[in-house]
This record gives sequence, structure tokens and C-alpha cells, in this order.
Amino acid sequence: MPEATLVIRRGSPGETPRDEAFTVEFQPGASVLDVLRMLRVERDPTLTFRYACLNANACKECMMVVNGKVTYACTARVMEGTTTLEPLPNKELVRDLVTQIAPPDERF
Amino acid sequence: MPGLKHFTTEVLVIGAGGAGMYAAIEASRQGASDILLLERSLIGRGGATVMAQMTVAAALDEEDDWRHHLADTLAAGRGLCDPALATLLCEVGVDVIREMEGWKVGWARDGNRLRAVQAPGHDRARCVYVDFLSTGPAVSRTLRAQLQKHDRIRRTGDVVVTDLVTQDGHVTGAVGFDIAHGTPVVIEAKATILATGGLTRLYRRNSASAHMSGDGFALALRAGAKLLGMEFVQFFPIGHLAPRMVGMDPIMWDPFRYKLGGRLLNGEREEFIDRYGGTDEGKYTTTRDLATYAITQEVAAGRGSPHGGAWLSFRHVPAEELRAAFGPVIDKLAANGIDLTQNDIEVAPIAHYHMGGVQVDTAMRTNIPGLFAAGEVVGGANGANRLSGNAITEALAFGKVAGHEAAHAAPGPAFSMEAAKAALALVSATGPMRNTAALVAKLQAAMADHAGPFRDAAGLARAAAAIAEIRAETGDLPPGAPGMPFDLARLDWFDLRQMLLVADSIVTAASARTESRGAHQRTDYPETSEDWRLNLLLSGDENGLSLTRISVPEAA
Repeated sequence: MPEATLVIRRGSPGETPRDEAFTVEFQPGASVLDVLRMLRVERDPTLTFRYACLNANACKECMMVVNGKVTYACTARVMEGTTTLEPLPNKELVRDLVTQIAPPDERF
Repeated sequence: MPGLKHFTTEVLVIGAGGAGMYAAIEASRQGASDILLLERSLIGRGGATVMAQMTVAAALDEEDDWRHHLADTLAAGRGLCDPALATLLCEVGVDVIREMEGWKVGWARDGNRLRAVQAPGHDRARCVYVDFLSTGPAVSRTLRAQLQKHDRIRRTGDVVVTDLVTQDGHVTGAVGFDIAHGTPVVIEAKATILATGGLTRLYRRNSASAHMSGDGFALALRAGAKLLGMEFVQFFPIGHLAPRMVGMDPIMWDPFRYKLGGRLLNGEREEFIDRYGGTDEGKYTTTRDLATYAITQEVAAGRGSPHGGAWLSFRHVPAEELRAAFGPVIDKLAANGIDLTQNDIEVAPIAHYHMGGVQVDTAMRTNIPGLFAAGEVVGGANGANRLSGNAITEALAFGKVAGHEAAHAAPGPAFSMEAAKAALALVSATGPMRNTAALVAKLQAAMADHAGPFRDAAGLARAAAAIAEIRAETGDLPPGAPGMPFDLARLDWFDLRQMLLVADSIVTAASARTESRGAHQRTDYPETSEDWRLNLLLSGDENGLSLTRISVPEAA
């Protein structure tokens, strides 16, 4: 059975970031967002990422670093082998893959 | 209470999709001194508006008239539309769509004339759009730009409202928490507008945003407001099923059918809509309820496509024509390995919109003073089946009316923290860890399997049993503690609390309506009955829902 491993950078501000690996069955065509959503249901509901629309690339909220490149989790596909996921480097970290991306005057 | 954040505003708007943004703008124009616009997601990014692919119905053409649009809306609603609300949608709809044009939304045009397509159920080309498949993002962007011109509108994303505050039968504010920090929030407001959208997240396959958990229906019920038409969940018949695509909305084949026709075929590559009283013949004329019925029946009869849907074919359309109609979208399809000149795609019904909702009058007032509603969360305008293109129009038109009325609302009692105490205790509570994401998935499966477009008494009883079981597993306390940043397990618990009450509302109403009409099809009661030309009105909460039968208002 072909497998895909997601290595996810996790942690909250002030903590030392840690990488956690999740290995799943490879599903041809699945997006990073598809697999993250599945991981929350099947493995770890505390895994944290941001999204509003479902794979439509309309909300633009799921931006993160996939294999070293800034992209959307909903358009990046998970390939066989290892995919690394990290939060955006130039934004304030909120938790795991979530960063503060709201315009300054629309924050709490 | 440590870490509690307290806001005071004149008009609180919950939800920043099309209805909420328009409501805030209108409240400001009407002179409200302070408006607080809250959003679960980010302002203008969440909800269903940003997901809209194409059509917005309004009688804009000089040869058209809103009364023709109204006639089509009423016919699509299968006898259950509130004619006064439907009138408002069609009449005010013209004004708001024109105003959006003035705000440079960029409706597609031919010279001076707006380009329009004829969507199923309309008597003429009446649906404007923004190319290519950009209607929702364009509408959201345009409203966001307008919001920023109003200094009296404060905009805050990443806030979830968990309960409304009521005093002496008035809504005086709301309680929730800030998602990014986990901080409890209390808001006192003279008027509150629910603009929270629909409930598609209750179903496994759905086409709106992840946050459409039906919050507004549950908030309204708990505050003492009433819901009607909760049994009518619209399934969009040709949601994308296979092959797997990324970065595309599952509703995208709707605009393809508007512009190019396309052929809908069963697993044996035969046209089949005509067997159920519709026509296809390469044209897109069959209404959503009928097409959903036809596809599901073909699948049940063993004539589905490989993944359990129908085939949609554009292979007869020349490549140049595809390119002219959809430009960059053709490249996005190619990146997904789809060449429409060579490949058919598979489609199947997908939860899309909710016809039912909060009972309001033509001023968008609920029966609870201080509480208003706008957009998809409102019930009644679309009866048992919504006409294509009416959702954005409804959001903007009802948003405008609600914003106007809320700005002029009479003040209720002075806010009391005592009235907010129970709700604040819940958002401040600490509870045992649970896999709430798995419980959400379990509820979605139960609703899709037993309370989808086709229902029968046995299935609905299974759905009710699943709701009770999931409610017991969900428990009375949210997992974790307040004050944690972006705690999705805890957020899912608060969502589940709303989703379970809303699911219960759907199942209760669907069990009671022993007939088939529009989006509510009972396989054990397949006929439409004139005796059932009435609405089911729900009140109560998780301790018990009660149903009342009310007649459909007559046209004025």
C-alpha cells in the first residue's frame, strides 16, 4: 500500500516548535487540506490549521509552507513519500499551522 | 471574570458574508452610531457568499420586471413561499444589484448591457455574474471595500458567538469567544442581526464553507425566536463527484451548464431526466429538486456512474468554445488532469442551501424585540425549493432591510451581566478532552444517510437516534479550558452544540411532514398533498422542540 507522510511543525508561541509525523494511505489527488481534515477526525483533533471554504481556493485562508514553498493547502497535492508543512514564516504564530493573517484593523 | 472582553455597540451584526456586510453598511448609512461586525472566519472570507460561482438573479433588463421574477420564485417554492418576503427579495433585489454595479463589482457586460444567463426555473435570461466563476469573490471584495469607508463600523474576525443574551423577552446582546486567543467575549447591543448563513456543514458532502454549522438557527431558537421550513434543505444536483479536483468549487459545473449546455447521462450513458418529467437534450432547464430526485433514483436503480452519481459530458463542445466561455478555468481543469473534450466527469447531489430558517416579518424582525435576521438564515422567501440565482440577491436585499430596521430599533432594557451569566459560564468552563472532530463527522454521516434529500420514517428515526447518541457523547462541558489559542477541538464542541439542535430541528420537521414537496422527498409519502400546503413552525431547544402548523401567508 503506497503511503504518504506529513511532517507537521507544531506548537504555540513561546514553545519550542516540534515536528510531528503522520503516515497515511496515499490517496491519488488528495490535497494537503483533505489530509489535514482527515487527520483531525481520525488521529488528532487538536491539530490546528485555518480554512473556511472547502478546497475551492476562494477564502484564501489556508496559506502555509508546503515542502518549503508558500502555497495554499487546498491546491497543493499530497504526494507519495514525505510532505513537510510549516506555518507562514513572516507572520505572527497563533498555533501549529495557524498564523495571524487578518488585517490589523480586523483583529480582536 | 479574568480575561473577559466586553464590547458595547448599537448594532451587532453576526456574520460577515453578503447579508452581514450589507446590513452593516446600511445601518451606518441610517445613522447608527456604532456597528460591530463579527465573523467566525475572517471578514468577507467565510460563509457562502465568497463561494458563489456565478448567478445572481434580478430583473435588471428594461424588458423584465421584478413581478416576473417573483412569479418564477413563487412557482419554484412549490406553494410555500411567503409572498411578502419573496416580493422583497425580487423588488429590493433590483436596487441592491444595481448598487453593487455602482460599487464596481464588475458584472459581465456586452457594451452598456449587463450580460445575463437563463438559469433553470426562470422565464428569461435574468442572472448576472462576474467572470470567470468569480461572482462570490467579487461580491465579497466589493462589500469589503465599502465597509472600509464607514468609520462607525468596527470589523472583527475570528470571533464565534455561542449564545444570545435575553432580558424580559428582548435580545440585549451576545456571548462568545475570540478564536485566536480563546478569550470569552460579551457584547451588549441595542439591536442584533443574525447573518450567519445556512447549515450545509451538517452534511458529509457540502458546497459551502466549513463554518456553516447552522449557528444562527440555534441562537435564534434558544433566544425564543421561531424557525419555519426546517425540513427543506436544498441539494444541488450536479456537485462535482469525480475525478478528484483541488482548488475548485464543487458547484462549478452549474456555470458550465449555463453557458455550454452539456449533457447529463446515467451510468449507461443515456439521457434520463425525461423519465422523471424534466427535459435535458443538452439544455439546462430542470429545477434542482427534480434533477436531484432523478439522479438519486437512477443510482438507486443501479444505473449510476462508477462513483455513484451521473455523468456530465461536454465532449460535443469544441475546444475553442470551451476556452471562450471559461478561459483560465480550462487551464485549472487541465492541471487537475481533466480535458473536457476527452473526459466526462461525474456529478452527484451535494448539500447546498437551506430554504428554512428564522421566522421574520418584512422588516426582518423576529418575534423577539432586538433580534433581526438576514440572508440564508431567514426562512420563508424560497418556500420548499429555491430558484437558482436567488441566494446572493436574498443576502444583499435582506441585509439592506435588516440594517435599516436595526439602526432605527427601539432600545430594550439596560444590559445586565446577570442575564449573560449562564452563557459566560459555558464559554469559561473546563471539560474533559473528546474527539469532537470525529463527532462532527459522525453527525454529518447520519444526516447524509438518513436526512438527505430522500427521507422515510425509519431513516428519520435512525437520524434522531444518532443525534441523541452523539449528544450524549458530546456531553455538557466543552473540552479543554478557555484561553487557548485556536483551540479547534473546543470550537468544534461549541459548533456541535449548535449543529445537534439544528439537526434535531430538521429531523423533527421532516418526520412530521408526511408528504413530498420540493426539497423534502419522503419515499414513504411520495405524493404532494394540498392539505400540506402549510408551514411547520418550530420553537424550543434541546430540552424539547415543539411544532405548530401555520398557514402560508396569501399574496397581498
